[in-house]
Amino acid sequence: MPTVIFIESNEMEHRVEAEAGCSLMQVAMDNFVPGIYGECGGACSCATCHVYVDPAWEHCLPPRSSDESFMLEGAPEVNERSRLCCQLKMREEWGGLVLRIPATQG
Amino acid sequence: MSSPSETTVVVVGAGHAGAELVSALRQKGYSGRIILIGEETELPYHRPPLSKVYLSGEVSRESLLIRSATAYDKLQVECWTGVQVLSIDSQGRTVSLSDGRVQAYDKLVLATGGRARRLEAPAAQRPNVHYVRTLQDIDGLKPMFTAGRRLLVIGGGYIGLEAAAVGIKSGLSVTVLEAAPRVLARVAAPEISAFYERAHRRRGVDLRTGVSVLDYLGGDRVEAVRLSDGSELALDLVVVGIGILPNDELARDAGLDLDNGIMVNEFAQTSTPDILAVGDCANHVNAFLDRRVRIESVPSAQEQARTAAATICGSPAPHAAVPWFWSDQFDLKLQMVGLSQGYDQLVLRGDVEAESFCAFYLKDGVVLSADAVNRPQDFMVAKRLVASRKQVSAQALADEQFPLKTLLSDV
Repeated sequence: MPTVIFIESNEMEHRVEAEAGCSLMQVAMDNFVPGIYGECGGACSCATCHVYVDPAWEHCLPPRSSDESFMLEGAPEVNERSRLCCQLKMREEWGGLVLRIPATQG
Repeated sequence: MSSPSETTVVVVGAGHAGAELVSALRQKGYSGRIILIGEETELPYHRPPLSKVYLSGEVSRESLLIRSATAYDKLQVECWTGVQVLSIDSQGRTVSLSDGRVQAYDKLVLATGGRARRLEAPAAQRPNVHYVRTLQDIDGLKPMFTAGRRLLVIGGGYIGLEAAAVGIKSGLSVTVLEAAPRVLARVAAPEISAFYERAHRRRGVDLRTGVSVLDYLGGDRVEAVRLSDGSELALDLVVVGIGILPNDELARDAGLDLDNGIMVNEFAQTSTPDILAVGDCANHVNAFLDRRVRIESVPSAQEQARTAAATICGSPAPHAAVPWFWSDQFDLKLQMVGLSQGYDQLVLRGDVEAESFCAFYLKDGVVLSADAVNRPQDFMVAKRLVASRKQVSAQALADEQFPLKTLLSDV
């Protein structure tokens, strides 16, 4: 199974297995990655699963939906690499994907 | 005194609050035994989709789990599902279970949630009268949601309106009855109620306010209702959404203080030492709101659970989260933050007619709460504005040319 690496703002790494098709928010929840709360359960309503995609992976991910873009527009500490990971469904070819968690969520 | 690793926390109720609590305990370093006891046979699952994408068939049963079964193994949390807690012995610090077991605890957390308020009329106790609270409720309702059927929804709150929206989407003919003069009367401004009434009617819902059911007619099943305006309405099935009642019977029998739920302080502690309560069942002190409140909300349940975990782990911090809520109906994404009680001014931003706007509830120029319809960007800013308690200009809120985020600049 491919691995995804979540990195907390204090550089603590969490290497977790991610089944293809599973949302990366769910993967984080199942592995108790601190700072990923997923309060709305993946309805794109809360932005408590905000991550920064590592620059190396930026161009491998599908574009943001309009809901995701709008949520991020109003969220704190957003940059061009911000994503809501509930909206990212794992793919086999994403093995090694690096996602960083904002300090405000940790 | 025993070391923490020899202690036991028992959590009664395996809903959102219970699920968050067991993981928060481990994240905060609790090393003792954790037992999560739930009446339902499922592991903790997401309830909000039940009346939305699960009822409509857009998501699977499996996708509802908050965490996978292996996640609880990793956490070393024992999940005892399909078991009921019958009583608490607060002196002896034990709980008695429906399967005959008696389990000791050092700390007990009541996360018992709420149950759907039911119709009392004997004639309404029939199999085609449905409620919306548990997975089992929806598994019973879903097969009835087929095109052409006539659905009567009793109650114009979020549950009723969400069920009505799924009904229309599934091709049913839908009537909604609300006894009050407007829908969402308990939670929203008249302007928002009017918006939702229009939105539902536009999409084919026969929505009637100020009308209630006088009688349920039929044989084995309810086939029609007689209404307070004298009319009769034929139907195939009924969905009832008239609120929930806190599950506080265990607490009452154990002698805990109750008042519209289980009374707890800002640290989630009840009136009895070593017993805490969180979530929909808890009438709690919210330090941000500076008052007592019982809130039916997933995020609030999760925040209260984190508060309780901190208390148990010996690092208490008062619960002070800003409550927020969401409701999806048709293509309308509604996100709400704060509690509007006591507002003196309503400011609208955006285009109500185009179904994309945000309503801000102000008191003395401070944003108490906001309802955002198809405006996630405004909602996210509103969340921070409410938390800031800052005085803002109503004109700026209403002016679309003025970027909302600017109001946060010196927060």
